[in-house]
This record gives sequence, C-alpha cells and structure tokens, in this order.
Amino acid sequence: MKKELLMGNEAMGLGALRAGVSIVAGYPGTPSTEVLETIAKHNDGSVHVEWSVNEKAAMEVAAAASYNGARSLITMKQVGLNVAADPLMSLTYIGIKGGMVMLVADDPGPISSQTEQDTRRFGQFAKLPVFDPTSPEEAYEMMAEAYDISERYHTPVLFRPTTRICHSCASVTLREKLPYDREFSFDKDPKWVIFPKLAYENHKTIERQMPKLGEEWSGYARNTIEGTGTKGIITGGISYQYVKEALRLLGNPQVRVCKITTPHPFPEKLGVSFLKSVTDVLAVEELDPMLEDSMIQLCGKYHLPNDIYGKRTQDVICAGENSVESVKESIARFLGLTQALEKSRETAAMEPGTELPPLPVRPPVLCAGCPHRASFYAVKKAMEGQKSVFCGDIGCYTLGNAQPLDTVDTCLCMGADVTMAQGFYWMDRTQKCFAFIGDSTFFASGMTGVVNAVYNQAEITLIVLDNSTTAMTGHQPHPGTGHTMMGDVVNAVDITKILEGIGLTRVVTANPLELEQSIQLVREVSSLPGVKAIIFKSPCIAVTKTEACCEVDSHTCIQCKKCIRELGCPALVLEEGKVAIEPSLCTGCGLCQQVCPVQAIKAVSDNDSSHTEGK
Amino acid sequence: MEKNILLCGVGGQGTVLASRLIALAAMEKGLDARTAETIGMAQRGGSVFSHVRIGEQVFSPLIPYGQADAIIGFEPGETLRCFPYLKKDGVIVVSKKAVKPVTATLSTSDYDGSAEIAYLQQHHDKVVVFDTEEALKQCGSGKVLNVLLLGALIAHGDIGITLEEMQHAIEKKVPERFRELNQRALAIGAAL
Repeated sequence: MKKELLMGNEAMGLGALRAGVSIVAGYPGTPSTEVLETIAKHNDGSVHVEWSVNEKAAMEVAAAASYNGARSLITMKQVGLNVAADPLMSLTYIGIKGGMVMLVADDPGPISSQTEQDTRRFGQFAKLPVFDPTSPEEAYEMMAEAYDISERYHTPVLFRPTTRICHSCASVTLREKLPYDREFSFDKDPKWVIFPKLAYENHKTIERQMPKLGEEWSGYARNTIEGTGTKGIITGGISYQYVKEALRLLGNPQVRVCKITTPHPFPEKLGVSFLKSVTDVLAVEELDPMLEDSMIQLCGKYHLPNDIYGKRTQDVICAGENSVESVKESIARFLGLTQALEKSRETAAMEPGTELPPLPVRPPVLCAGCPHRASFYAVKKAMEGQKSVFCGDIGCYTLGNAQPLDTVDTCLCMGADVTMAQGFYWMDRTQKCFAFIGDSTFFASGMTGVVNAVYNQAEITLIVLDNSTTAMTGHQPHPGTGHTMMGDVVNAVDITKILEGIGLTRVVTANPLELEQSIQLVREVSSLPGVKAIIFKSPCIAVTKTEACCEVDSHTCIQCKKCIRELGCPALVLEEGKVAIEPSLCTGCGLCQQVCPVQAIKAVSDNDSSHTEGK
Repeated sequence: MEKNILLCGVGGQGTVLASRLIALAAMEKGLDARTAETIGMAQRGGSVFSHVRIGEQVFSPLIPYGQADAIIGFEPGETLRCFPYLKKDGVIVVSKKAVKPVTATLSTSDYDGSAEIAYLQQHHDKVVVFDTEEALKQCGSGKVLNVLLLGALIAHGDIGITLEEMQHAIEKKVPERFRELNQRALAIGAAL
C-alpha cells in the first residue's frame, strides 16, 4: 500500500485496473477524459483500451466483451450518454455476464458542457444502479464494489462522478490488485437477442431485483448516518464534503447527516430510519433534486410527517455548482444559525458586505496561432456582402462564436452543424449555408449528416477544421490521426475519400493560414451547387511546438488596429496605446501579417525555446 | 496544521504545476493534500485557478471564502478576483504584469493591472508585489513564473513548507532537463 497524489480521474482509472478490467472504451469529454488515459498509461498490454468513434460505439464494444465474461469499463461525459442512450436502454433488459461499469461524468456549473443534466436521473430512467462517490479516495475503492454489484445482479452499473471529483486531486491509498481470473467465452443463447417477449420477461426481473438492491444498499458501508440532533441533512457526491466543511465553519451545530452514495435504487430502509429519527430534512445536492424527491416519495409512501427542504423549496440553489458558501447559507437558514453564519464570515480579509470593483472579463478564446481563427476569418471575408449562415459544432471551434470573428451562428450538439445547415437551406435557398466541423467530431457524428445532405439534395458547404487531433479535451488521437491508445500506428482514415465516397461534388484541402488563397477557395467552392467541402488542414498549435514569432515594426505601423479588430488574437495587444505582439504567446502563424494593410508585421526568430512542462 | 493556498492566473501560466508541487511537498511531510483546478474549455485564455489544501482533515477540494492563508497571483486582475477567499492575516504575492484579455484589447480599455494592485494594497496589509519580468530575465526563461512566485511565497509567507522541502519536490516532480532552470527560478523568487 502506498499513498499518492491522484486526480479523481486517475484514481478511478486505477480503481478499474485494480478490479481486473479487461476492456476499456470511451469518447473524450471533459471532465471524464483522463480516466481512460490513465488506464492506457498503466496498461501492461493485457487490457484493450480504445477511443471509440463515439459513445454509442464504445458502449457496444464493451457490452460484447461483457457478454464474454470480461470486466469492461466505458467512459464519457454526461452528454455522451445521450449518444449512447440507444444501446443503454436495451442493454438494461439484456444484462451482462462480466461486470460492466459505465463511468459517466456530470458537470455542474456547467463548466465545460452544454447541459446540466443529471446522470443519476438517467439511471432511474434506464433502471440501472448508480454509484455516486463523494471523493477521489472513495471513488478509487468504490470501483471494485461497482463491478461486484454489476456481476451479482447481471446488470451494467452507472458510476457518476462530477467535475469536482474528476478534477480534484487527493492523497489516495493504492491497494493490491484484486484477484480476477476468468476464461472468456461467449455462450450462444437466445437470451442475448432482444425480442418483445424477452423484453417483457426481463422487465419483470428488473422490477423485482431493483428493490432487492435498494435493500442491500441500506446496509452498504458507504451509505451512512452521522451526528445527532432533531433535524437532518441528506446529501451525496461532492456536496457531502461541502456539508461537512460548512458545518465545521458554523461551529459544528447538532444535526444528523445522511450520506447516500447509491442514489438509485434508493436505499429505502436507511432512508426511512433517517426520516424517523428527525423532524425536518434539507437535501443538499447538485443538478436534479434526486435525493430530495426520494425523501418526498418515502414520506408519502410511509405516511411520515417530515418537511423536506431543498431545491424544490428554493432552499438550495436550483442550478449551477454548489459551494461551501452556498451550502453554508442553506444550512444556516435551515438550522436558524444567523449569528454563526455572520461569525463564519469574520475570518475574511475582505470586509463583509463590500463588493469588488469591476474586473476585466475573460471569456475563453481561440489560442494565439490557432488555425481555426484563419479558417473562420477566410469564410467570413469570402461571404462579405452575401447572405450566409454559419452552423458550428462542439469543440475548440465553438469559440469562433466570440467577437470579433463572430462566425458561429448555431451550436447544438455533436454533429448538428452538418444537418442544421441543411435545415437552414430549406428555409432560405438563396443563402449560403456553411457547416463547420472538427476532424474528431466528423468521425463521431458528422458522416451520417453528410449522407443526409447528399441524399436529400441540400445545398451546403462543409468546412472540415482538421487540426489532426481532438484538441478541446486535451489532444486525444482519433481515426484520422493514424495511431491508437494501444500505441499502434495504423492507417489513418481519410476524410477526403469518405466525402468523395459519399458523392460530394467537390472536396478540396487547403492550408487556412494562406489567407488570400483560402478566401478565393471559399468563394469558388461555396458557389457550386449541391454538397461540397473544404478541408482546412493545419495542426493544432498546442501540440506543434513552434519557435516562430512575429513583431510589429512601430515605424511602419499606422495604428489602424485592423489586426486587433478583425482577428481577436490574444497575442495582439496594446502597449501604451500602440499595437504590439506578445512574444510569449505568438506562434508566428502569420495571419496578422496578411491582414496588415501596410506590411508593418514581420516574422522574427525567437531564441527563447526553453519550455517547462507548465500546463 | 491546515494551510490553504490559492493560485490564480490565466490559462497557460502554469498554475497547475505549481499547485502539484505544493501538494507533493506537503505529502512528503506526511500531510494529506487536496487540489482542485480549472480544466477544459475555460482554460483557453480564461481565468484559471488552482486550490491547494493541506492538513490532517480537509473536506472540500475548494477553499471556502475567507479561508486562504495565501494567494499566489500570476496576474493582478485575477488576484483581485480571488480576494474574497483570503483570510484576514493571509498573504498575497502578486506579479504586477497584467495579461490583457482580448475583450479589453478590442474595446481598447486601459486595463493594465495597476488599479487592481492599488485596490489590494488599500484593502489589505500583506500584499507583496513583484516585477516578475525583470526576475524572469534573470532566470533566463519566461516560462517559469509559477516556480518563481512559489519561491517568493515561501520567503514572504508561511505555508508550512520550507524552501528545502520545495527544492526536494522539484527534484521529484519536474523532468530532469528543466530541473536546474526551475531550481534557479525558485531561488531567485525566494530572494525577491
């Protein structure tokens, strides 16, 4: 046994390896990505690890492995489970042989997501057991317990950490690998083929076994009731830690705290005994009022007199992330601790009640030197004076929406750019409809949309922003990169050939950093009929180390600030009112050079090439 | 002992590595550590923070308001943004160099960080401001602001970790080819 500082995602990855996982598949998505990467890093070659093209593929690959008796893990973010919802719903009915853990990371805030959906609710909907760890340490230990439940109940289980579990680090005690030796084989049987009759029979089994599991979980050591008092708090996930911290800051008032790590099926017996031991209950949780609803349900079912407070009574924030502060306020109000709340604020250097002066806002922007900036700018220039619509998608390039580029009019979900551009075309056939899609997103869910456009005769211009990586989530390989998570070099899947195979009228590849040619190309290609594509190919600047840099010749510069106004590059700054280039940010992409009307920007060589691993 | 240290800056300034070094040094002493940081979309040029909590029993990975013993400010505006976290007797070490957000450049606002530093100094006693540009030149690299400020913090505030313990953490955590540079930055920071 040794203690290591581990990120929650590393802890969960190592927890799965400890439990003897044989196959791991996933699709990158913040905050889940590092789980699969950790397993790949510690893989002795015996575990099959893959980034699948999307979450649905990952789930199906892993399900078949579980049919063979192998322990499998899939990883994704919450919206990824929407993509995998089809196999998910049926897999519940079919069940599995080898343990199957579906790690789906939720993102309260949201910090890096489109929605604040609650995977615990998805578990309820899909009738799957849900584990909800309260810390990285607990998540590490809990992983083996999740496999145990999965195998004993022949069902996949959801494992639902949130961002603050995934991306916080803790001192984790690593334990010996658990013995798990098994011969893998697939026993052919009608039970693996879903039919209405089978679904009906298995539905009955599921409904029978869920309450049984709830009963078992009433005795699960990680579901606890602590403290004394006449009022109670029910909580789970990271909110449990906020409750503990808030209670300490409020001077440890008397209150009973019920910690639930298995929100579905709800451990009913434990819940009832908790309700019977207190008068009022405050439910402290993030996203949906799931524990709160379970409490309300139990009160109804067992005719209990407790008042239940939480999101539904506006006593806990209904959206966004909880914090020690927000939880402290909720608890103080619930327990009537006005003075203790005020006293807890006296430790702050900032005077209570004062407000900070306005600060500059920092919305996320495309990096200095990002080739996407050049692609967006080329399309924007080419379409000046023409009615056009720009459908965007999920990835770094959603940031093309920001001023001054302002070249993303819509963003909905993975792959929606291609299909929404078609809908815009059907509403107004005189406008030019553009679909912007990244290379990884193209493979994940863009291809079928292109088939739809060709088949239904829409007229769109597809812009593939090919930076040869999955940039936003931290540079994962994908089918177009030619290498896998097993370390193999493989044939890269060719986007041009795919598009030609689908039957596009024109597919061209260009370097977006050659601005004038790119603008011309957009004008030419977008004026063609039917479905056509430009692949703007230039590597992500965060993976291609460059020593190039540009500088402004202050004698030539006329201070028109066109470069700043048109490009919004973080390296273009004003120093004492004059345009300058920040050398620590500039990558020498040369886009501003091409925009400058008086050639005042020149390339220089940068001799500061030392670079620490500071990210 | 419990110490809470908040590191704040802009994406790419190296707050995460610095927070790991503090956590590692604490664990070497047998203390538990928790950290939490911004990862993902918010990183791209946005405000980033890294919370480090060391001690025997720490619950939340995020530092509660009014509980930070120290703030390491990589940028003036971001440091002021984190002021609500600081304890009454906490210390701020801050680089005076402003990183202008693209939005400020576009609107040609006059944000240069000086007003933010002045506000902090007016409202708090223990604010140590550094001309990090000059110090980074001495280090011979613009990329070690994180370790430079760590050195400065250890010299000017009590985070329960000594300079020797931090040197040891750098030996363990930083890849060999950057070790000497980082040790130099730590020493220069401590001498500021």
